[in-house]
Amino acid sequence: MNEQILDMLKELRPEYDFETSVDFVMDGLLDSFDIVSICGMLEETYGIKIDGLDIVPENFSSVAAIRSLVEKSLGK
Amino acid sequence: MRITFLDYFEKTVLEKTSLCAVIHNDKAITFGELRERALWFAMRVAETVNSAVNSPIAVFLPKEIDTVAADIGIMYAAAPFMNLDVKTPKERISNILERVRPAAVITSRKFAEVFGSVEIPVIFTDDDNTEIAPDTQMLERRRSKLIDTDPFCIINTSGSTGTPKGVVLNHRSFFDFVDVSDEIFGFDGSEIIGSLSPVVFDIFDFELCMLMKHGSRLIILDAMLGAFPARLLENLVKTNVSFIFWVPSIMVNIANMGLLDKIKLPDLKLVWFAGEVFPTKQFLIWYDSLSHTKFANLYGPIEITLDCTYYIIDRRPSETETLPIGVPYRNTDILILNENNERCKVGEDGELCVRGTSLAMGYYNLPEKTSTAFVQNPLNSAYPEMIYRTGDVVYMRDDGVIMFKGRKDTLIKHMGYRIELGEIEHIIENDLRIIKYCCAVYDRGKKEIVLFYENDREISVQEFRKAISSRLPSYMIPAVFIKVEEMPRNTNGKIDRLLLSSRVNGEK
Repeated sequence: MNEQILDMLKELRPEYDFETSVDFVMDGLLDSFDIVSICGMLEETYGIKIDGLDIVPENFSSVAAIRSLVEKSLGK
Repeated sequence: MRITFLDYFEKTVLEKTSLCAVIHNDKAITFGELRERALWFAMRVAETVNSAVNSPIAVFLPKEIDTVAADIGIMYAAAPFMNLDVKTPKERISNILERVRPAAVITSRKFAEVFGSVEIPVIFTDDDNTEIAPDTQMLERRRSKLIDTDPFCIINTSGSTGTPKGVVLNHRSFFDFVDVSDEIFGFDGSEIIGSLSPVVFDIFDFELCMLMKHGSRLIILDAMLGAFPARLLENLVKTNVSFIFWVPSIMVNIANMGLLDKIKLPDLKLVWFAGEVFPTKQFLIWYDSLSHTKFANLYGPIEITLDCTYYIIDRRPSETETLPIGVPYRNTDILILNENNERCKVGEDGELCVRGTSLAMGYYNLPEKTSTAFVQNPLNSAYPEMIYRTGDVVYMRDDGVIMFKGRKDTLIKHMGYRIELGEIEHIIENDLRIIKYCCAVYDRGKKEIVLFYENDREISVQEFRKAISSRLPSYMIPAVFIKVEEMPRNTNGKIDRLLLSSRVNGEK
């Protein structure tokens, strides 16, 4: 799943290096338009519905964080 | 007599010296401190560009307390401010600077590189913070010749030729909008404003006017919060926000996420929205969740200073009903004109044109563009009188309420931003030259910009995004790219935009 998520990010923002960033949100790699797009992509790819209360910066800071968000949403 | 907004601000500061004026995360500033900081900026501007009265001063800062102080400071130095978005690609900034040629730029060291090769004096906010005793007499002398139609600010908006147009707005037009708003909505300074708009929106300028005239408190909400609606709402609760003026796109997101049931907003008394059509289904979620809140739909392009019509939603609309743009603001006259420049009858579609004090002075350094949009009132041949042609198609209902229908041209509203689709095409076709021909259309359902292109080889999404993001801000980058064998063309050889648009919007 990590690979898949990384590909999504790269497609959205080819100009940035997601592999070296420690926090995508703090480093300014993702803006508010991107978060909306990522949520849409994740919901479509994994057939999930992300709870609005889970859309917080911490859950988009890294590939691992996005992955646990997906897993949490899958578990619901 | 009032000439500039400083005439109000000086009074506000006297009354509220030690009260909180602006809050940004864990930082806060009182009215007294804000005036002091603004005067510091004014002195820097005055010593940097000694004679430049009424010459624009650019501000290149993220949205923070210093941006508010810089804007007011520029006013103290008898000049209009021109806020720029720090997220804008460098080349676009250069184009704006070249067209407007501001007398100076205010920025911080962090952005020094952006202005490295520009021949404009730069004032750094974090440079030499030593106390300069403000020479208020000198600043007053600078302002003594100003009149109320001198520029308040310049706002850049998308232009079809690839370079934004700078709309020049004066103090009097802001007085007009705020005066009438006060009458309708009873503003008195008790407002706590949740400020979410970027500093390049006219909404931010209105918030600044509310702070200066009434002493309303500004809560600066980081743009990033737009992506995290739950955090955004928690912030409103924490800071007791009572008034928001937002674009519908973020409000639609909040409604769709079902957050209004989970996070209550007891202090929110007034909600204004403008800039786009608010889909009634999502609006009803807001309306039903906040029974103690008054909602108003406002409408107007930047060129008439904020908005020129309003509609207070005083009864629950049905889900199939479209929200009207409402009735004209007092002291603004709306003319709905048909193709022969005659007044439309009730129910007849026509272009919305505006007459009044609210009109902008025109576009900076663009006489031709100015003269096509700001024209002589065709209903008056007796003396010079300007009207502004919005390009918006509307009609009037028999109860006198105005309904929005669409655009005469290819201007769209997307995520609250006004975008000229022709500008995207111009940049891709003529500047980047990555494809032969292209045509951008708007998918109104998905709210996406779709780019059709004709080219020998297919271009990957990554390649497109990478190239375009070097020239255009992210909200202008198409979401979908579709390669076609040949662009459909109409009888006079032009790309058939209507056909492509109907293809993505599922119309026949």
